[in-house]
Amino acid sequence: MAQAAHPAGGSTLVGRPGRRRSEALVKAVLIGASALSIAISVGIVLSLLAESVLFLSQIDLSQLVAPGWFPRRGMYDLATLFAGTLLVTIIAMGLAGPVGLLAAIWLSEYASLRSRNRIKPVIEILAGVPSVVLGFFALTWISPNMVKTIFPGANNFNILAAGLGVGILTIPLVASVSEDAMRAVPRSLREASYGLGARRTTTVIRVVLPAAVSGVVAALILAVSRAVGETMVVAVAAGATGGSLLTVNPLGPGQTLTAAMASLATGSDQVTGDSAAFLSLFFLGLLLFLLTLVLNVVGDAFVRRTRQRY
Amino acid sequence: MSMSAVAAGSVRRSLRASHRDWAGVVFEVLLLLSLLFALVTLFVLLADVLTRSLPVFAERGVDFLTSSLSSRPEKAGVVQGIVGTAITAVLVPLLAFPVGVLTAVYLEEYAPDNRFTRLITVNIRNLAGVPSVVYGLLGLAVFVAAFAALGLGTGRNIVAGALTLAVLVLPLVIITATEAIRAVPSTIREAGFGLGGSRWQVVQALILPSAAPGILTGMVLALSRALGETAPLILAGAVLGSFSTGGSLRDLLAGPYTVLPIIVYDWARKPQVEFRELTSAAIVVLLVVTLFANAVAILLRNRYVREW
Repeated sequence: MAQAAHPAGGSTLVGRPGRRRSEALVKAVLIGASALSIAISVGIVLSLLAESVLFLSQIDLSQLVAPGWFPRRGMYDLATLFAGTLLVTIIAMGLAGPVGLLAAIWLSEYASLRSRNRIKPVIEILAGVPSVVLGFFALTWISPNMVKTIFPGANNFNILAAGLGVGILTIPLVASVSEDAMRAVPRSLREASYGLGARRTTTVIRVVLPAAVSGVVAALILAVSRAVGETMVVAVAAGATGGSLLTVNPLGPGQTLTAAMASLATGSDQVTGDSAAFLSLFFLGLLLFLLTLVLNVVGDAFVRRTRQRY
Repeated sequence: MSMSAVAAGSVRRSLRASHRDWAGVVFEVLLLLSLLFALVTLFVLLADVLTRSLPVFAERGVDFLTSSLSSRPEKAGVVQGIVGTAITAVLVPLLAFPVGVLTAVYLEEYAPDNRFTRLITVNIRNLAGVPSVVYGLLGLAVFVAAFAALGLGTGRNIVAGALTLAVLVLPLVIITATEAIRAVPSTIREAGFGLGGSRWQVVQALILPSAAPGILTGMVLALSRALGETAPLILAGAVLGSFSTGGSLRDLLAGPYTVLPIIVYDWARKPQVEFRELTSAAIVVLLVVTLFANAVAILLRNRYVREW
């Protein structure tokens, strides 16, 4: 009956054909743009995989274990690069973990709105310093003024300075992710703690931090991923351009996964074409990609847990 | 009456802290020191670079900005880097921003909650965490190879570099734009639909303008990130030296190129002491560009981004 009264009702709500066509066109364009990000991922994985397979087929697998990483001499010792990466990451996290976390606690729990609004932008500026600049700073300031005053025997190029540089670079990341997590803890928890007579310190350490623990863990994991993938600081400050022997000495030069890639592609070490040394770039890229992917997925899972809880 | 007054007095006395909470003070000092460390580091970095660069700017002045690269420190300048960075600053936004914003619009306004959408979202989050040097490999294997196949020499040109950087910052643009669009309250959307607007009309007339400050902030941050990146361009073929800024547009876009961060990287590894000063001067030029962009983004956000 209603339909008889409004014979055109249904079709009016559907809209004019021209308008529907243009809407469909817009939607198709939008889907195309979104699908591009999938294409990028596929492109990354395919190009890394294809060249890595080529690399592994060109070399003898025993070449992956050698006294050091010297790609132009056919020595592709992965342990050297993983040791360097691990060392840099540990040093970086030793600095960025505590400093970033404590700074975040102050910003979230102690700072007045005014000081927070003034200090946060400065930390964000620190996050905006290009990594190559921090590499130069690590080489020309941290290494001579800090590392060599404490350890006079240290090399000019040393892993310790590079690790500290990477640490400085990741402080803003740790600080901002863990601050977000702590600010997401509801006020009522803090008030309950104060109501029980707890001091501010107790409230922060026993109530706020445990409630925000997933976010804090996420911040640390994401920072590790960032430190593992950081290239320029190590490439500039850790020396070892041509290659490196397996070393765990933080006071000497060393090579990480990323820095090995940068030096393979630079200057006198530039290798091109289809040589195994050139292809090893992609193999390292694949390892790095997989390593950071795992870290990021785990870190992301932790971030989501904080969001869901409250 | 006097009884209750006495009781009130004793309660008040016991509520007043009888001693200072020294552990608390020490803890707060520790927190402040950590924060101070971050701030002082930034200050020392800037002060160190500035003082080192002063002699260069004092002696050479504008000449440093307008001279070409040279292996002789007294003649070396950064004009190629400035031109390269400027071209990148034009190309990267052209390539990355439209795609980024359209993707964000799709994800927030159009996408149904299905597997495809979730795949895209997860994928973008993961792309944002891929180390920049890996994007360099993508640039090398895809863009450089494509340009080489098209017969443009080695394919190591600034367009391939800009494409690499655009792909690198795309996730950042998408994520910030998505957050900005999500922050627009649904009442605005509903008002638009209530007036008979189609989805796209609502998006372009209401949602995009409301989310513009947030989207813009993300874009400026992404640009600042792109201009400061070194590692992907080392791999995707930025080189030093033969970048001619005087040639035709075709030479500029299809020939070898360099950008400011690459110059900093190259000079930082040179052993001569004179290059230390030059590197600092080049860093100052680079920081002026990237930190200025960063400051603009932070200002934009603090001033114009609305809390609904």
